[in-house]
Amino acid sequence: MPVPVVTLRGPLRKLAGGEAEHALTGATVAELLRELEREQPAVSGWILDECGHIRRHINVFVNGESGREETPVGAQDRIDVLPAISGG
Amino acid sequence: MTELLVGTRKGLFVLEGEPGAPFQAVTRAFPGEPVEYATRDRRTGRLLAAVTSAVYGPKLWFAEDPAGEWQQAEGVALPEDGEVALERIWVIETGEDGTLYAGGDPGVLFESRDGGATWELNAALWEHPTRSAWRPGGGGLCLHSIVPWPGDPTRLALAISAAGVWLSGDGGRTWRSGNRGLVARYLPEEAREDTLALCVHHVERARRRPERLFLQFHGGVYRSDDGGESWTDIGAGLPSDFGFPLVLDPADPDSAYVIPLTADVDRVTPDGRVRVYETRDAGATWRPRGDGLPGRDAYMTVLRLAFDRAGEGPGLQLYFGTTSGAVFGSPDAGAGWATVAEHLPAVQSVRANA
Repeated sequence: MPVPVVTLRGPLRKLAGGEAEHALTGATVAELLRELEREQPAVSGWILDECGHIRRHINVFVNGESGREETPVGAQDRIDVLPAISGG
Repeated sequence: MTELLVGTRKGLFVLEGEPGAPFQAVTRAFPGEPVEYATRDRRTGRLLAAVTSAVYGPKLWFAEDPAGEWQQAEGVALPEDGEVALERIWVIETGEDGTLYAGGDPGVLFESRDGGATWELNAALWEHPTRSAWRPGGGGLCLHSIVPWPGDPTRLALAISAAGVWLSGDGGRTWRSGNRGLVARYLPEEAREDTLALCVHHVERARRRPERLFLQFHGGVYRSDDGGESWTDIGAGLPSDFGFPLVLDPADPDSAYVIPLTADVDRVTPDGRVRVYETRDAGATWRPRGDGLPGRDAYMTVLRLAFDRAGEGPGLQLYFGTTSGAVFGSPDAGAGWATVAEHLPAVQSVRANA
């Protein structure tokens, strides 16, 4: 059965066992990211903070559209997790 | 040889050299990341570093070799699914019984009993009934000073900006404020009494007279002779009583060194001159110690954890870093100074090991 795929880059990919793509189950972005933390505990705290919020300078896209914690996801959706272009 | 661990806005620099001479940067770790603080566990020599990625949040790391593999410590987070997340780790300190402590924003204390691999939140401070009244200073609600009592692991002092001094006599199971005598000149007079809005910048304890502490306030330099219960202003004689860091000579409980800045609205060295001020009579008098430091057109800022020492007595070495990326050192208790390093990123912390 198709499930959403979360794609990680840079240090997140390294933390997640070196794998870029993670097929996960969940109905929202937050549920997918929590599932990712369960499967890849080293990612815990890097995307979501303790409150369950996506960190301020991380962008999540669902099929290329900006998403938030509550954004619904369905089978065959593609979720990209990217660091924001910010800093000095 | 002396080692300096210099935390900067763009990585950790490990400098090595002989006192009184320029140092060499032998390692750079966490390139590009803000390193708030790095130190060694005094008992084991293990390195610990607090790094706050702008993207991925605050993390605490440990390593045996700064050029080797750093491991992420576990448990450095606030309770899950609460309303507040950890913003930053400010400081790491070795306790008297082998416990490691880390202080962070929002006014939190973590404890590790396995050399820094895993940490637990100090529940008594986190759940303190006055917490809802604590207000952050300009740098956040930062717990920046952790002050053990030599030989007695049950006694500990903390300082939080801007929530004042906190004291424990039972190993951190309970906390009470220790603020009597601190004057918040930035508040209206009628609002000063019993306020917890106390912007303490840094606290140090005299190693050979532990009931004595020195405190740099947000306007005011203070001394306590009763373990932090009450404070006396000793800032008279300084060009300004505003500043951030403070260092003591462990051999002399009457000693303190401060680096005055012009004022809270102008946080640079006064009159374009960089000078450290020293007291050897517990704050009754101060004298400038600036030989070898920039004496003109120098408007520098030294942050609260960017001043440290190694050794003691006549062999006391002093080191401080600036937000303009210079590190200065004195091999002789402040009598003379030399440039240790320059052109670094903004310096946030300096720890010295000799």
